[in-house]
Amino acid sequence: MTIKVGIPKTLFYYNYYPMIETFFDELGVEVVTSDSTSRKVIDAGVREALADACVPIKVFFGHVQTIKDKVDYLFIPRVVCLNKKTIYCPKFLALSDMIKHSLDGLPEIIDNRIDVRGNHFAVWKTFYHIGKRFSNSKCKIFKAYLKAKGNLSKYQDLVKEGYLPSVAMTILKNNNSKQKMSHNYSLRFAVLGYPYIVYDNYVSVNLLTKLNHLGVETVTLEQLPDTWVNKANTMLPKDMFWTFSDKVLRSSYHFFEHGGVDGIIHLTAFGCGPDSMVDKYMELKSKQYPDIPFMSVTIDEHSGEAGLATRLEAFVDMVKRKKEADVNA
Amino acid sequence: MRKVTFPHMGHSYIAFKMAMEEMGNEVIIPPRPGKETLDLGVKYAPEFACLPYKVLLGTYLQTVAKGMDTIVTSGGVGPCRAGHYAHLHQAILHNLGYNVNLICFEPPKRHPIDFYRKVQSLNNAKLSISSIIKLLKRGWHKLKALDHMEKLSHQIRPRELKRGTTSKVYLQAQRWLDEARTHTEIKVAEAEGVKAFNDIPQDSERKVIKVGLVGEIYVLLEPASNLEIEETLGHMGVEVERSLFLTGWTVDNLQKNTEELMTVTEAAQPYLPELIGGHGRDTIGHTVIYGKRKFDGVIQIAPFTCIPEIVARTILPKVSKLHDIPVLTFFLDEQTGKAGMVTRLEAFVDLLKRKKQNISISQTATTLN
Repeated sequence: MTIKVGIPKTLFYYNYYPMIETFFDELGVEVVTSDSTSRKVIDAGVREALADACVPIKVFFGHVQTIKDKVDYLFIPRVVCLNKKTIYCPKFLALSDMIKHSLDGLPEIIDNRIDVRGNHFAVWKTFYHIGKRFSNSKCKIFKAYLKAKGNLSKYQDLVKEGYLPSVAMTILKNNNSKQKMSHNYSLRFAVLGYPYIVYDNYVSVNLLTKLNHLGVETVTLEQLPDTWVNKANTMLPKDMFWTFSDKVLRSSYHFFEHGGVDGIIHLTAFGCGPDSMVDKYMELKSKQYPDIPFMSVTIDEHSGEAGLATRLEAFVDMVKRKKEADVNA
Repeated sequence: MRKVTFPHMGHSYIAFKMAMEEMGNEVIIPPRPGKETLDLGVKYAPEFACLPYKVLLGTYLQTVAKGMDTIVTSGGVGPCRAGHYAHLHQAILHNLGYNVNLICFEPPKRHPIDFYRKVQSLNNAKLSISSIIKLLKRGWHKLKALDHMEKLSHQIRPRELKRGTTSKVYLQAQRWLDEARTHTEIKVAEAEGVKAFNDIPQDSERKVIKVGLVGEIYVLLEPASNLEIEETLGHMGVEVERSLFLTGWTVDNLQKNTEELMTVTEAAQPYLPELIGGHGRDTIGHTVIYGKRKFDGVIQIAPFTCIPEIVARTILPKVSKLHDIPVLTFFLDEQTGKAGMVTRLEAFVDLLKRKKQNISISQTATTLN
């Protein structure tokens, strides 16, 4: 029987899953992901996680619970820093500890630490340590690592071309030719937020699809060229400490200053600590650029379809009318 | 002349006031945070910012009305949000049309030149460097004396014969220390304070239970933000030992690693090996240590949405079970009412007292057998 490694389908899943899957595949380990987020998953999470925790953490708890009995290992690495500059939210840093000390009946947890600051080849070293559990051959692990890295960059390229993570993953897996995406959209919105909220259709209450149906093309954080995001200067005395927050804030500043979109939506989760700051900075910035409408949408574990749909329709209508007025003027 | 203010954090304002005034600034003393402070803060702060953020914003808005033009505060290097608070406060104040300056001290170990520049920009009296160092030493002395007074109040309050005497003496001692300006005066005031505390009539027979107080630094140090939890507990006959004092925290941040911090980190190691900012890891470590020291219970207080404390709270039930120490958590926000808190505290204290009684009964039973 092959060894099974479980990967919760949330948080880092949307950024790094193709890499992890390839790596374990090459080592002959079966990868099992949890099901997509559903009412059941969220309920399971809400039951076990602390009431004061943020929605993404509750969702994560839910995913872990639905998968923990089906696998031999759980993959929850401690990702501290990947770009030598910014780290991740404190809750990310202590994810495996929170899981370990509050859930029972867990399989072994792979919680190796990744911190690239002051440590050359830190990512490879971590992968080597992970791989050692399943293979004795350093050469085999290295090959798997290289292939995984290659696959990750292919995946990232696909996302940059405008495919959503779920589509990009299918294309990557089946090697099918890319379908041509031709739609007639009259508006273009930037939907800025953390990948585990924006791409999780259940958590985001289908926000992206809803916008598409309303005739709006969406741009997400992962689809932007890195150079834009890195170049954008927030002019703040201090950069955000957290990787995702830093990216969201920078990209919003980029859009406010350079335009290119008809509106900006900040999608955030109830109780998100870093976002309380990010959102305020975006709001203050938007006051300087009244030309670009800005809306902030907070979702929580009981977000309803209807409420969100109404808000989106109103926002889209407003932007449309404004655009028409601008054209006529 | 600069008109400066700074966060109101327990009694520390007494020491800061002296330092700022002697450097040639006019000090607008931050008012004790009250309902008005919180209302102002809540109105303009982001919804999910934590309680300290809202209290501080309210404080600044109250002092800006009195002509304050410079905020002096501390920064941080993350990953706790507090490191960004000062700058966002300034941005919000600017947006409201108040053009205030911000002098935000970063850890001098990492940014020594920046630290020096900021000290100089506050130095309107043109003091020499050596006199600034002397002044800081005096401020430090005062802060330590103030912390000493507070510790005494924690020990004596549960044993006082007449309810409220200790709080009065504590206030009096603060006033004496406020007036003291030289090292000798501070020493004399401290000695007076100790004497006044020892003169409080006490009931030495009373059975007092001992509780450790852990959590986030601001709500721990500012009684107005934690609804005077220490005083309330004291009146219930509970001796409180608080895990954090401003002097201890400053030493941890200035020097390499103090022995105390090392032991706390070590104690937290099996549960939380990673530094997660704020005082999350300290909360775990202190709880373990209180458990080993056979305290009767631990109370964690933290602001609502505080990231590090949420992590700590998620892990604490396990610590509580393994070290057999009851833990009660309060997440405080602008909605927290004192009556609700007192009820929960009473229930907790009752449980602790009963637990202690049961243990002593079973012990006497075994010795009799």
